[in-house]
Amino acid sequence: MEPLFQFFNNLFPFISDWPEWLAHTVVGVVTVLLLFGFVALFALFAIWLERKISAHMQDRLGPMEVGGWHGWAQPIADAIKLLVKEDIIPAMADRTLFKLAPVIVFTAALAGFAVLPWSQDFIPADLNVGLLYILSVSSFAVIGLLMGGWASNNKWSLYGAMRAASQMISYEIPVALALLAVIMNAGTMSMRHLVIAQSGNILDWNVFNFFPLTAVAFFIYFVASLAEVNRTPFDLPEGESELVGGFHTEYSSMRFAFFFLGEYANMYIVSAIATTVFLGGWLAPFEALNFIPGPIWFVGKAMTLVFIQMWLRWTLPRLRVDQLMYTCWKVLTPFSFAIILLIGLWKVL
Amino acid sequence: MRQYFKNIYEAIATILVGMGVTWRHLFTRAVTVQYPHVKRELPERSRMQLFVEMDDCIGCMACQRACPVDCIDIKTVRAGKEEDLGETSNGQKKRLHVVQFNIDMGKCCYCSDCVFPCPTGAIRMTPEYEFTTYDRSSLLFKFATYTPEQISELQERERKEKEAQAAARAAKLKAAEEAKKAAAKNDETKSE
Repeated sequence: MEPLFQFFNNLFPFISDWPEWLAHTVVGVVTVLLLFGFVALFALFAIWLERKISAHMQDRLGPMEVGGWHGWAQPIADAIKLLVKEDIIPAMADRTLFKLAPVIVFTAALAGFAVLPWSQDFIPADLNVGLLYILSVSSFAVIGLLMGGWASNNKWSLYGAMRAASQMISYEIPVALALLAVIMNAGTMSMRHLVIAQSGNILDWNVFNFFPLTAVAFFIYFVASLAEVNRTPFDLPEGESELVGGFHTEYSSMRFAFFFLGEYANMYIVSAIATTVFLGGWLAPFEALNFIPGPIWFVGKAMTLVFIQMWLRWTLPRLRVDQLMYTCWKVLTPFSFAIILLIGLWKVL
Repeated sequence: MRQYFKNIYEAIATILVGMGVTWRHLFTRAVTVQYPHVKRELPERSRMQLFVEMDDCIGCMACQRACPVDCIDIKTVRAGKEEDLGETSNGQKKRLHVVQFNIDMGKCCYCSDCVFPCPTGAIRMTPEYEFTTYDRSSLLFKFATYTPEQISELQERERKEKEAQAAARAAKLKAAEEAKKAAAKNDETKSE
């Protein structure tokens, strides 16, 4: 919490006069509200963007009416619709778990934001095990999905939840291994220090380190993170065409919206991790561009990755379950092991 | 082992090809026509809403008979002897008051079978397609221009005429019968 505190102190000097407990509480609450606001805004924007991208990739226009300019208010209208819709809980569902599942999924997503370094000074919590924390917290979401699928008491939901569990647990391994390749070199797990270690120009970023080994690690991380957040081509847990809606078949209204919000927040988190670890976080690609503030670079890089995720979604069909497992265990995992080995050798030599 | 690496290479290569295709389409002009704002011109002979030019209708009921779903309902009243209802655009003389010409577009199957038999070209299909309503009864289109008073007047006149005719016919019949009877009597008397 130290860097965050310093950040707020510089912004509002009068905070240092407050008693510590008050200052900590206020700063914490304000940060959480800021991050929640960002998640909500990002989700709205990403939903709009995704609909526009999907439409234009299929030579359509997408939403054009609500709000005037290219239907920019469409996601707001959708969110209001979800808010006022009837909240249905199936009669035979396990009510407690059913209600808890979206909460867990969204909490796990929001918790990941705690260690994202937005700029040199603004990082909600500069943990020395930041990367480890984010990996462990994001795997929390599996419990939420499994819970939702189980509590719905519906075979589609359960199938979806089972797939989600097997897929996300499998793909955590290549994700962690790909990141490990970088951590080994940087010697730190703090998100902030990982970025600081990459300062310089674009060639100092970790993607171009040990070329092309880390680039491949970045590629592996990106593919595996797609599976982590259940995006096409790895969207088996919610495959509409085979499982109706997967784990969220029975969800409606705001509970469904929270699943959705969690999914989009996760999209941003995995992109932000990739940005921090491989693409130099808040750093500008060239020294000359340093006048543009860090958060813009950070969000810009993450949004580019989000765009690539969407691009892939509207390009590729869904994988089969066995293909999914093949990709994970027979391709991504051995390759990431090989990369760790090679980078280790390179460093030792 | 070679196959394994070949598969990976092919997977990545083909995904890049696919991404190239979607990237190109991202900048292709959308084919969407934004309907309520932009309306596509329909072909001249589109079969949409039916329209009847009442000035040309001679009340021959050819369309009503041709209709496979009975959505046309016509009522006519014969014109009086001295009445001149004018001519249709192709020179046919109008002999009937068409007091009712209802088309239920809710029933219509847009087959256009009513259009072909029309001797004057009064009934035709138009390219007009925006006639959705909130109430099914609003799909009943009434083309006759007569007011209810005029209709009842005309019908009253027709009824009276018919009565008069019937009376005349009855009188004639009676006269004929009597004549027959008289003839029969004559015969009887003759044979006696």
